[in-house]
Amino acid sequence: MSIEAKEEFRPKIVAFCCNWCSYAGADLAGSSRLGYPADVKIIRVPCSCRVNPMFILRAFEKGADGVIMCGCHPGDCHYSTGNYYARRRMTLLFSMLDYIGVENGRTRVEWVSAAEGVKFSTTMNEFVEKIHSLGKNVRLGDLRCRN
Amino acid sequence: MQELIKRAKELLENGTVARVLGWKAGDLPYNPEPAYFDSTESLADFVYNGFCGANLSKYMIEASKLEGKTLVCLKPCDTYSFNQLLKEHRIDRDKAYVIGVGCKGKLDIERIRKMGIKGIEQISGAEMEDEADTLTVSTIYGEKSCKYADAMLERCHVCKGKEHQVYDELIGESKETKDADRFAEVARIETMTPEEKFAFFQKELSKCIRCNACRNVCPACSCRKCVFDSNKFDSAQKANVDSFEEKMFHIIRAFHVAGRCTDCGECSRVCPQGIPLHLFNRKFIKDIDEFYGEYQAGMDINAQSPLTDFTFDDVEPGIVGERG
Amino acid sequence: MYKIAKENLTALFRLIAGAQELYLPVKTAEQVNFGVWSEDAEVDLDTLKSVKSPKDAFFPQSENLYTCRKDGKKISIEPEALKEQNFVIFGMKACDVRGVEVLDKVFLADPIDTFYAARRDHGTIVAMACHEPEESCFCKVFGIDCAEPAADVATWMVSDQLYWKPLTEKGEALTKTVESVLEAADDADEKKVEEEQSAIRGIVEKLPYSNLSLEGWNGDVLTEKFDSALWEELYKPCLACGTCTFVCPTCQCYDIKDYDTGHGVQRYRCWDSCMYSDFTMMAHGNNRTSQMQRFRQRFMHKLVYFPANNDGMYSCVGCGRCVEKCPAALNIVKVIKAFEKQGGEKA
Repeated sequence: MSIEAKEEFRPKIVAFCCNWCSYAGADLAGSSRLGYPADVKIIRVPCSCRVNPMFILRAFEKGADGVIMCGCHPGDCHYSTGNYYARRRMTLLFSMLDYIGVENGRTRVEWVSAAEGVKFSTTMNEFVEKIHSLGKNVRLGDLRCRN
Repeated sequence: MQELIKRAKELLENGTVARVLGWKAGDLPYNPEPAYFDSTESLADFVYNGFCGANLSKYMIEASKLEGKTLVCLKPCDTYSFNQLLKEHRIDRDKAYVIGVGCKGKLDIERIRKMGIKGIEQISGAEMEDEADTLTVSTIYGEKSCKYADAMLERCHVCKGKEHQVYDELIGESKETKDADRFAEVARIETMTPEEKFAFFQKELSKCIRCNACRNVCPACSCRKCVFDSNKFDSAQKANVDSFEEKMFHIIRAFHVAGRCTDCGECSRVCPQGIPLHLFNRKFIKDIDEFYGEYQAGMDINAQSPLTDFTFDDVEPGIVGERG
Repeated sequence: MYKIAKENLTALFRLIAGAQELYLPVKTAEQVNFGVWSEDAEVDLDTLKSVKSPKDAFFPQSENLYTCRKDGKKISIEPEALKEQNFVIFGMKACDVRGVEVLDKVFLADPIDTFYAARRDHGTIVAMACHEPEESCFCKVFGIDCAEPAADVATWMVSDQLYWKPLTEKGEALTKTVESVLEAADDADEKKVEEEQSAIRGIVEKLPYSNLSLEGWNGDVLTEKFDSALWEELYKPCLACGTCTFVCPTCQCYDIKDYDTGHGVQRYRCWDSCMYSDFTMMAHGNNRTSQMQRFRQRFMHKLVYFPANNDGMYSCVGCGRCVEKCPAALNIVKVIKAFEKQGGEKA
């Protein structure tokens, strides 16, 4: 890492990816040599439905600047219906975060299939750029986790 | 009230119920406490007036474990909570004898204090039989009065209606008290900028002392062990660290009861710091209504709860940003 | 004695805050609590009781003890610094001042709590007489005179004048630093304060709880009270929240916890409440397993255990906050009255 790069803002981004589609999509992006910033830290979950809303809050609390959740396209869930439940939960949670004044660009849900390496890469690039423009997450982070 | 006591005595005497769950007169004019009465003599202390705001549904969780039936007095809004608890199998319908009691709006002593009324010795106009719409308060500092409606709890201004959702019998008349839109405040906040929203909630939530009164009074918070009581979770109940509860505690709590909260308003009633906690729950209710169709928890015991349900063409989470 | 006009109080606050931190009752989002003074803080001296007691100034709800930091293979441990700056707490009431005395018995007894001791050393208490006591007050029962608070400085607000009387060395020292905005009071002023005092005492006599009797509550009745069947009745409506303990000026139990910051650990202590299920939780479990036992603990501690260990001093000061704030309308007065009633029936 160059000295300049150290000084510029590097967002911390957590991506929850479902094992069956999105994680494989990330794999495909990698094997296809499609780039996406290293700021994205992927956490593999069995299904998007496994993502407890608390995981999202927790990520923010511990210092994430943006959180994205990726799962199978609606209708394609490995467990048939998991992502439908996840969709409702995330809609409500994101709406609540927006309501208490957290910029809604910091949260995102994207459906990425195992064949969509390109989509994975472009989504992540877009999201990182968005977080770059929003800057550091100061509203949800726990002060104790700083410095 | 006399009719209620008479009926309770009858039911105790003929063995239909083993105890009565109601309110006992306090030692000040405004502090009746929830209480069990197991004999006809003890009912001498029974009281039911404008200050009996406590929702007794939650006490039925414990009462369901006792021998025999418990007569429980429920106001129209309490019956939603009772239904919701039934639906979640937390209480036993066969152990309850529900008397739906009339309600003409419950009073908030904090609102009376906020009007500058202090040194309260006596309050008249709070009884169910009183027709007048003013409260007369005699205090050490002279006689004061205020409108009954001005001293009502916030939740009564947005009352869900006079109908009891579940009961074995009804005693007493209810009055229409609704004079405001339930979602008006939520809608007002929604139109703010992120900075304003954040400042608003920060100001309110910074008062939180993590006493957990909101959680413990909540009929939807009926977990045997709460996530905040877990010592493996480093946001355990008692740590009051601003950065945590200003943001997380109340969101997590509201999410845990989303789709199950009947908007009974107990959380806001009991908050020692007067935080308008209902604004969180109502936000979820408003969103659920808008996204997935109108739903009132505790109304229909067989209805599917919105968070354990879905349709193929639900809105995408992106709607939050699109809505602006 | 000195005096200062009410409209000049801001100048007084500015002067104090220029040299040290100043805590006083501040209104935020409709509620009055003790907070740090700033130019745009909404100071509220008219509301009798702050929601939370001012004990935070000496014994904060959460405070760090030390921080461990991990940096590569290096681990550093940094203890939290003790309070070194002087501060003033303005507008405490007589009951809250007694509350601090109760805390002193606990934290300044051997082994001394250094964090607390440092704050006590650096804090100057400016107390204010209660202009209009309220129905939930019962400080008189504990021998507290709310017309004459025993602090470093006592003050009285009579119509639009604040009267200022230093009582201790610390109080004198503070008075010296703010003398420029104070005026000397004359005999007529002394008289006004005396009138105010007798007016307050007159009102206190009329308060519904003022004749509450503590007869039968002392360190010698431990088993009798402990084994009473009344507790089983009294605790029933209790929701097991911690409101009473967290608004109380004398509750002093705390818990020590660790917070994982991701790059280290912060060890902090925070108020505990005997109402909580994990109160005094140990490896083997908990020695109070039912809510009745926890409920009993609170009142036995205030009225029996504490006086037994502290020459008869009760650890309740009659501020009445629990009376006002309990969600289930339970409180220490109801407990005392229930035992009194039972005693009467026996006799």
